[in-house]
Amino acid sequence: MTLLVSAAAEPSCYNRTVNDWWCTAYLVDYRSELVDATVQHLLITISAIALGIAIAFPMALLARRFTRLETGIMGVSTALYTVPSLALFPLLVPFTGISATTVVLGLALYALTILVRSMLDGLSSVPDDVRESATGLGYGRTTQLFRIELPLALPVMIAGLRVATVSTVALTTVGALVANGGLGNLIADGVFTNFKAELLAACVLCVVIAVALDVVIVLAQRFATPWTRTRAGA
Amino acid sequence: MSIFSEVWDYLADGSNWTGTGGILGYLIQQLLLTGTALLLAVAVGLPLALWLGHVGRGGFLAINISNVGRAIPTFALLALLVTADWPGVATFGPFGRAGIATLIALTLFALPPIITNTYVAIREVAGDVKEAARGMGMTGWQQFRRVELPLALPLVAGGVRLALVQVWATATIAALVAGPGLGRIITSGFANNYYGKGIAGAVVVAVVAMALEVLAALVQRAIDPVPTTPTTRSEDAPQTNDLPTTA
Repeated sequence: MTLLVSAAAEPSCYNRTVNDWWCTAYLVDYRSELVDATVQHLLITISAIALGIAIAFPMALLARRFTRLETGIMGVSTALYTVPSLALFPLLVPFTGISATTVVLGLALYALTILVRSMLDGLSSVPDDVRESATGLGYGRTTQLFRIELPLALPVMIAGLRVATVSTVALTTVGALVANGGLGNLIADGVFTNFKAELLAACVLCVVIAVALDVVIVLAQRFATPWTRTRAGA
Repeated sequence: MSIFSEVWDYLADGSNWTGTGGILGYLIQQLLLTGTALLLAVAVGLPLALWLGHVGRGGFLAINISNVGRAIPTFALLALLVTADWPGVATFGPFGRAGIATLIALTLFALPPIITNTYVAIREVAGDVKEAARGMGMTGWQQFRRVELPLALPLVAGGVRLALVQVWATATIAALVAGPGLGRIITSGFANNYYGKGIAGAVVVAVVAMALEVLAALVQRAIDPVPTTPTTRSEDAPQTNDLPTTA
């Protein structure tokens, strides 16, 4: 009751009658809600990507070692990728319930598809003569993988990671279906209560997170692969 | 587990398929939405990207539009369109509640894969082939019509196929803003704690998505003018998206 009275006393740009799209007062008053949603969004995205990498890496190595497996792995992951997120999350619910796990698992499955492809592409982009030289120098299979092939494959693999990350940030919003969509929860609330300031702020934050994570990955790549920079600069 | 029998019971009950709010009605609505949006996007994006590719301009835009499309959540765009004064939630003929908003969102999300793939497809036509065409005295139009277009066709079709997958997925999400389509079965099931219904809707959406993808793959193979062995992973593979931006 007191809330209503105070809202009527000092009209803000986000009350029912004004309902502006852009409203700084909303950002101030609902700061904690926005921060919570953003933190959940980031947590879901990062866990999904981490899980995706953890599964994709061994899968890519297996697919490379046993070429017969490659067609199968690619086929299954591509088929999975055609399933819309709004349908994939419900299909996971019998196993993981109405929880953030459902969203993380679903998003990890999508990320997996992109990541496995880019890992295989990256590894096959390593020139054969480089591989031969490494073998000639006496590198074993594992040392060759970690010290020669992976560093050279990194640019292609990171390109895949960027695509996976940006689309995961966007897809996290669909988690609103199971009440775990980070900023998607605010978008859903904004639509159903016709709260324009909340809706626009959540949408803008989603894009900001996607761009920010993309920039972080690019910077990390520059740091991790200094040789590509010197070549480009020469 | 009881939830699986609940899903089965929902799907096995014929009355859930027919009538208002039935699976079939929503299915037809969503297929209609998907087809219309895809046609609109092809009508707008294809000529533009073919022309850009032919004259070799606007590459930065044509490539990066896909990255922009990926960063914008489909749910966010739908929500904004539905909440805005126009197009809003107005019912639009057979496209249902928020029909115009949904069509706009679907068309916008179908454009990036079509534009990027078509542009790259035309640019990737080998330089010596184009040179030979010019050497034979072909005009710019003849070169485009008789050399570039036929060679680019499989990749162009690939772009349309990616767009199809994305449009189907986005059309499902329209239900999150109480829009049209099969997603409504999913959202109404979840909103009423009737998970069997929600999951049953998801099964139908997923099965149709895969069926569309298989169909599109067959069409793509059929129109390939130079049937080759299945594309092998080459080192200088064209920089197209070979994966849809799912939604």
